[in-house]
Amino acid sequence: MSAMLETQNLTFSYTTEEGAAPIVLDGLDLQIEAGSFVAVLGHNGSGKSTLAKHMNAILLPTGGAVYVDGMDTADEARLLDIRRTVGMVFQNPDNQIVANVVEEDVAFAPENMGLPPEEIRERVDLALKLVGMTAFAQHAPHLLSGGQKQRVAIAGVIAIRPRCLVLDEATAMLDPVGRRDVMATIKDLNQRVGVTVVLITHHMDEAAQAGRVVVMSEGKIAADGPPRQIFQQVDLLRSLGLAVPEPVALMWELRRAGLDVPLDVLSDEECVQALEKLLTRGG
Amino acid sequence: MALKDITLGQYFPGDSPVHRLDPRTKLLITILYIVALFLAKGPAAYLVLIAVLGAYIAVSRVRLKALFKGLRPILILIIFTALLNLFYTSGQVLWQWGFLKITVEGLWSALFMVLRIVLLICCTFLLTYTTSPIMLTDGLENLLGPLKKLKLPIHELAMMMSIALRFIPTLIEETDKIMSAQRARGADFDTGNLVQRAKALIPILIPLFISAFRRADELAVSMECRCYHGGEGRTHLRQLRYRAADWMFLCMGLVLCVGVWLLRRLAL
Repeated sequence: MSAMLETQNLTFSYTTEEGAAPIVLDGLDLQIEAGSFVAVLGHNGSGKSTLAKHMNAILLPTGGAVYVDGMDTADEARLLDIRRTVGMVFQNPDNQIVANVVEEDVAFAPENMGLPPEEIRERVDLALKLVGMTAFAQHAPHLLSGGQKQRVAIAGVIAIRPRCLVLDEATAMLDPVGRRDVMATIKDLNQRVGVTVVLITHHMDEAAQAGRVVVMSEGKIAADGPPRQIFQQVDLLRSLGLAVPEPVALMWELRRAGLDVPLDVLSDEECVQALEKLLTRGG
Repeated sequence: MALKDITLGQYFPGDSPVHRLDPRTKLLITILYIVALFLAKGPAAYLVLIAVLGAYIAVSRVRLKALFKGLRPILILIIFTALLNLFYTSGQVLWQWGFLKITVEGLWSALFMVLRIVLLICCTFLLTYTTSPIMLTDGLENLLGPLKKLKLPIHELAMMMSIALRFIPTLIEETDKIMSAQRARGADFDTGNLVQRAKALIPILIPLFISAFRRADELAVSMECRCYHGGEGRTHLRQLRYRAADWMFLCMGLVLCVGVWLLRRLAL
């Protein structure tokens, strides 16, 4: 399998005026396969956002290397190719929208790429359709809700037709409805279009929907594996300052009380099933 | 909240022949009209200018009410100009009281001055009312395009203009939020003398500036991520194209300019 993103012994520290540079990323080795859906978890200051910024050369490593589809991010000649391969969505949708008409904003990236007008039109229409915002093409972005704005921001990145999408806490500022819509859009893109997704988040329920979870702490990888396996390590997660998804937390408490329940429940439905089993067995 | 009423560069979407014109045409005919306005001398020229603007308004289907609403903020300026011209023009005296006197020439010049200001404001408002800000900046970038050869940053200028227009509502909303937050902590913006009121604005301006800089930084990163690398090799979703109607309007603008100039030469 080919790796879409690869870091080799990635080290990064911000240079400060005093010279004492705190190390943010400390020898990170990570491979992300093409087409996968990876969630990166970690508490504030664990280096997860810094890692995200290395994935399309906004930040360059102070040690080690980052490869995007085989291209070294430190190679300035490939910068535009790298940015065409990896699209980035940030936390605040307001600060990502450039134009004052939705359609014009989505067209921003293809315009920068110098595409002919007919192709720009085609890409804009498809991108808006993929995020379900076609009806708002002529609207002013500042009149949309948070979730709608973030979907416009995602459309603006999809219009690049990147093979990989990195979302840096893209749902952190949204209300529950907005979060759900954005998550549905991301999953849809991953499954139907085959876009590689790297989701940086601190919401456990979002990470639970990924195919693989990478837990970061102090600039290192603390755990890496499928969500079922990661979330069973309740003690480890709690020691890293992370909460576990609510269904797992409930099962864990029941287990501690001496009941025989599985720990690998991720969704509310699985939780209900497990409880049902427990109750029918008991009665 | 009064802040939300600010309508800078307001645009009324529509589908009139004027709305459909190329933004460059509208910019050019507005400039031609202003030139004609400053060439105008005498009642005949002003009558022509009023008739032309009237026809333009009718074709653009902009409501007169919206147009006059835009004039309200400069009402004081208009009245002041009228009074100055009325009382301070020497000539044949019509009426005198102490040092105040009204002359025939004063009456005429006050009338022309007021007309000139009103027509000037109306024609520029018609431009922004019928052209979306994006089209306007596109048109401006295209018209000033030749200046790029002189190494003038025309693309950057147009980009800055459109980003500024995009962020006006966002920053107004933010100002509103900060004001509410400061009011909740007991700040007082509405009483006191001028100096006190100006000082009361500082706790609004500082957070606003800090947040604007943070926004600018994030926007720059996000633009770079979307392959932005300046104006070089950039294409546009919307193509600007002169159509038959554009040439017609441009010709009429030129005819108007020449006509007004002829009227001036013939001293009508």
